[in-house]
Order: sequence, then structure tokens, then C-alpha cells
Amino acid sequence: MYIIVAGGGKVGFYLARALIAQGHEVLVIEKDASEVAKIANDLGNVVHKGNADEASVLEEAGANRADVIVAATGEDAPNLVICQVAKRRFNVPRAVARINNPKNEQIFSILGIDATVSTTDVILSVIEQEIPAQSLIPLVRLRHTDVEIVEATIPLNSPLAGTTLRDLDLPPESIVAMVVRHGEPIFPNGATELAVGDEVIAFTRATHEEELRETFFARH
Amino acid sequence: MYVVIMGCGRVGARLANLLVGAGHEVMVIDANESALSRLGSDFAGQTMVGDGIDMDDLRKAGLERADAFAAVTQGDNRNIMASQIAKHIFNVQRVVTRIYDPIRTDTYRTLGLDAISPTVIGAKVFYTTLTGEESQENV
Repeated sequence: MYIIVAGGGKVGFYLARALIAQGHEVLVIEKDASEVAKIANDLGNVVHKGNADEASVLEEAGANRADVIVAATGEDAPNLVICQVAKRRFNVPRAVARINNPKNEQIFSILGIDATVSTTDVILSVIEQEIPAQSLIPLVRLRHTDVEIVEATIPLNSPLAGTTLRDLDLPPESIVAMVVRHGEPIFPNGATELAVGDEVIAFTRATHEEELRETFFARH
Repeated sequence: MYVVIMGCGRVGARLANLLVGAGHEVMVIDANESALSRLGSDFAGQTMVGDGIDMDDLRKAGLERADAFAAVTQGDNRNIMASQIAKHIFNVQRVVTRIYDPIRTDTYRTLGLDAISPTVIGAKVFYTTLTGEESQENV
């Protein structure tokens, strides 16, 4: 495949290197002359100097025969425009955008970008799995909704220990779907009592996430 | 009309004052607080420091009830992104976008944006003034 990578920073550079190693034809578009020299030095003649958000530069790069474009600059607005111009003007079949601000994921999807990769989200999810208590861990967001599945671990000395789910003061549009105790899943009902160390899996809307966090972790 | 203007450069500030003068309700948003002083001390519209490509900031600026939105920052990409958010997410009826790059202007017109290119318009005016003839080219 012929793949254009717009933006030759760290993300673009390592992506290009991996794609070349897989046997793809790759062209990196980078505006900064010293970065261009570095890429040419490391990867060979696979870099074009210019601003990928300028349509004329995409044309010089052969966008009209590209199979994929990846917009990997450190800014979201150019990444959106690069993908849209590539798709609309040069009929590139697949456009992938790097997203720097996770808020923009939904916007990009509404505006027709095929796939997005949010580095912030990826790093956050790795970090959050390592953080023990006091925070809701987002496990997954259901596609095309603002519904999230989150996990909370009942901390030591929590006033919730011994509370039944029926008496739990949940925010609206939130339900507890499962309680994992000592590694064993429990399908709970209203009479299920919470215990210290329980991993509670809940569905909620993103807008109620903060209230849900307070439900589980506020000092009553 | 309630009009939100993103970008308080020379064009944004002038446009805001024209609209206020004509009796419209105007909100001007710029990431840079000092840019808002271009509006003049007697500006009767509202102002807000914020990022025009941030949905939350646009919501704060009242995009949900706006009748019109103009994106006139220095950056083509920011103008394009903000305009599409206004049009497709907040369903603002009239959205006008400044795009310097003529090719991007053309592309986004086909995508349904009302794009105005100062480059194209400026070059045409200069051409006509210099030669006394209308330019036949569209670029």
C-alpha cells in the first residue's frame, strides 16, 4: 500500500519506520527542515518537505494514488483538515487522525474521519489501570453513545462496607452491573451488600461520572 | 440575530462592530485576551476568552442558540474545524469561514461551508484596479 504520513514528529517517524519495515511504500510530509533532514538520514528518501494541510503539498506527495493517509501532527485542527482534504479532494480511501485532545474524538467521527487514535486516551488507560483506589477506572465507552463502563474498588474504611445496593445513593442513569469479590464475579441484586475490596463494575453516562465517583469515594 | 464571532483580529473586530451597530446581539471569542481590546472600550457586545475549537467553550459562548457563526482567526485549519463544529454539531444556520488557501476554500465549498478567501478576493480587486479589467480566472 502507499501510505502518506503527515507530520514527522516522534509519532509520525516511528509509524513510518514500522510501516516501511512491513514493506509498505511510505512518504512522510514534514514542514520543519531539520526534522526532514533527520528523517532522510534515518529512513532514506521517504520524506517530502512541506505543510501537509496545504492541498498543493498533498498533490505533490501523490495523494491521489495514496491508499491511506495518517495525520499525525501534534495539533488536532490540521489533522482534521489533512484527513478531510485527502478524502474529498484526492479520494484517499482511508484517513486516520491522531487526536491530541480526547474531547475531539466525537467531533472527528461526526465529521467523517474513518479512524482516530487518541494518544492521551491510550496513555491514560495504561496509567489508570495502575492507580489503586479513589478513582473510577474507565473500562470501555460504548460505541456511538456517552455510556461508559467503569470500575471502582471499595477502599479500606469505606462507609459503604455493609451497605446494600438498594440503599446505595447512585446518580441517575447509573447501574451497578457486577461486583467482583476476591476474583469471583457476583451478579448482584438489591440485597447484595458491598464489602471492602469489592471491585464494582457500573454503567453510567459520562455526564454522571463525577457524581458516581462521589458515591463511591466521598467521605460521608 | 445572535452572532458568535471567533477571532478578534482586524476583520473580527470590525465585523463585530458593524453587527452591533446594526442592532444585532454579538459575542466575540478569542484565545488571547488582549486581542479583545481591538473592539474598543465602548463595544456594546459580549466577549469571552476561549478556544474556538473547544466544544465546551463554544457552548459557553452560546452556540446552541446562535443564529450565525463567523470563523475569522488567522488559522485556516482552526476556522475550518470551528465552522464544522458550529454547523454539524450545534446546527447553526449561517456559518461563514475565512480560508486563506484558495484550494482549501474550494474543497470546503464542495463540503458545504460558506468559505470566503481573502486571497482570492484580494487578488481579484488588485487585478481589476491594476488593469481596469475583470479577471476571468477564479483564482
